[in-house]
Amino acid sequence: MVCQECNQRPATLHFTKIINGEKKEIHICDKCAQEKGDLFMQNGANGFSINNLLAGLLNIEPFLQQAKASTFPRVEELKCKNCHLTFKEFVHVGKFGCATCYETFKDSLDPILKRVHGGNTAHVGKIPERLGESIHLRKQIKDLKSELKALIDQEEFEQAALVRDQIRSLEKGDEAAEERGSQP
Amino acid sequence: MTLDHFAQNAKSSWWNEAGPDADIVRSSRIRMARNFRDYKFPTIYNKEEANKIMELVKEKLEKSNDPVAGNLELFELEKLEPLERQVLVEKHLISPNLAEDSLYAACLLSKNEEVSIMVNEEEHIRIQCMVSGLQLTEALEVANKYDDWVEQQIDYAYDEERGYLTSCPTNVGTGLRASVMMHLPGLVLTRQINKIIPAINQLGLVVRGMYGEGSSAVGNIFQISNQITLGKSEKDIVEDLTSIVQQIIAQERSAREALVKTSHIQLEDRVYRSLGVLLNARIIESKEAATCISDVSLGIDLGYIKNIEKSVMNELMILTQPGFLQKYAGGPLQPYERDVRRASLIRERLDSAQIENS
Repeated sequence: MVCQECNQRPATLHFTKIINGEKKEIHICDKCAQEKGDLFMQNGANGFSINNLLAGLLNIEPFLQQAKASTFPRVEELKCKNCHLTFKEFVHVGKFGCATCYETFKDSLDPILKRVHGGNTAHVGKIPERLGESIHLRKQIKDLKSELKALIDQEEFEQAALVRDQIRSLEKGDEAAEERGSQP
Repeated sequence: MTLDHFAQNAKSSWWNEAGPDADIVRSSRIRMARNFRDYKFPTIYNKEEANKIMELVKEKLEKSNDPVAGNLELFELEKLEPLERQVLVEKHLISPNLAEDSLYAACLLSKNEEVSIMVNEEEHIRIQCMVSGLQLTEALEVANKYDDWVEQQIDYAYDEERGYLTSCPTNVGTGLRASVMMHLPGLVLTRQINKIIPAINQLGLVVRGMYGEGSSAVGNIFQISNQITLGKSEKDIVEDLTSIVQQIIAQERSAREALVKTSHIQLEDRVYRSLGVLLNARIIESKEAATCISDVSLGIDLGYIKNIEKSVMNELMILTQPGFLQKYAGGPLQPYERDVRRASLIRERLDSAQIENS
């Protein structure tokens, strides 16, 4: 087999690259491998990076069409109000511009995250210590609020009043926790 | 302390403490990607914002009385020579990306070089902890301490549902990249590696060469890391990787045993030929050097070579990289000059290593 880089010397290195399930077979000679290796070191990941691949992944037509059909306004025109990154730009670079982008592009995120993280879309790991206290509380409040809504729908007002009080007292605690949290 | 402390020695001081299975697992590394809540991500921020991030980190570091902060020293990459930056890359203290795009980039290094925090790389910060041998859980514990310290100073971009928010969707969630650097000559010589790599890939792990993304497996050194950061806890990520690495270690050991049993004399021949090259060559390219260093390392592990410490070979692997060579030479070298310098450096180091032990 001839080296696929120089097409002259016999290929002595054979390897298969699999990134995000994309398989690529590479056959090159020692010399080209060395040159390429040096190139990679100097250019960092500019030439070929996970983000190029990711952008390619995101460009897949069916996904865009599905996104187009399911969201309004059209998903390509979505723009982050904090950093002004558009969905189109996000697809192009494969990276978010700020924390708010996660909120802005929320409706289109799940399929992307599922692809990248083996079907997962929700975090189950570490919760930051300082932020954690209020996050825990807010989650409780969120759960109680949906319970409250259900109770009102079922016209169980006595029970609902109890839940409402519970929410109120938790919300006070949340404010206190937020204040504590914002102190360094 | 100046950067010289970090740039003069190829050996980081944590190397001296050989961790578990250090004959096969050279190092374990944890990297955590973190961003600050109120700032745009490096993807689109401008120079002023990048500068703000660096100043913020600098200020918090200077003000903090915490021993964690006291252990760190900040280096602005722009103020370093290109060669010094390359040396930090070759020691795995910073990523090639950080060295390349170094405007307002910084790194915080701990004295023993176990911990390094990169500022303004792909994410606002990347906390890294590297230890000898297979000790991912221990490395995670250390990295967590530094993560907790940063979190006490600056609000992280964190979301209840998605976890730590990152510019790259491949890092979101835990932001955790756990990796091990393995020396697998047995699996390469017996050609089992070609079967093992696809199997590892199927388990959601990535196999790369020594210097990460895009680098090939020079000197039989492979880097294995997790791909998935979302939907798995830090503990699970680390435990899963550890258990797979333990299986690879077992395979490598049995491959080595089989080689000794079936082709003992060929193996011994190969090891001593490579040692001969290292001891005598006057011109040596980096790939040939890496191959010979790998063979001699294997020879030391198998007990063929008794008068050279394994750590000398690990040191040579770093020392013979282009950046280090030029740092030692005191300036840039042409590739051909490098090959000559590399050969003489290897001879010197091996000569003194053998004398020490005789």
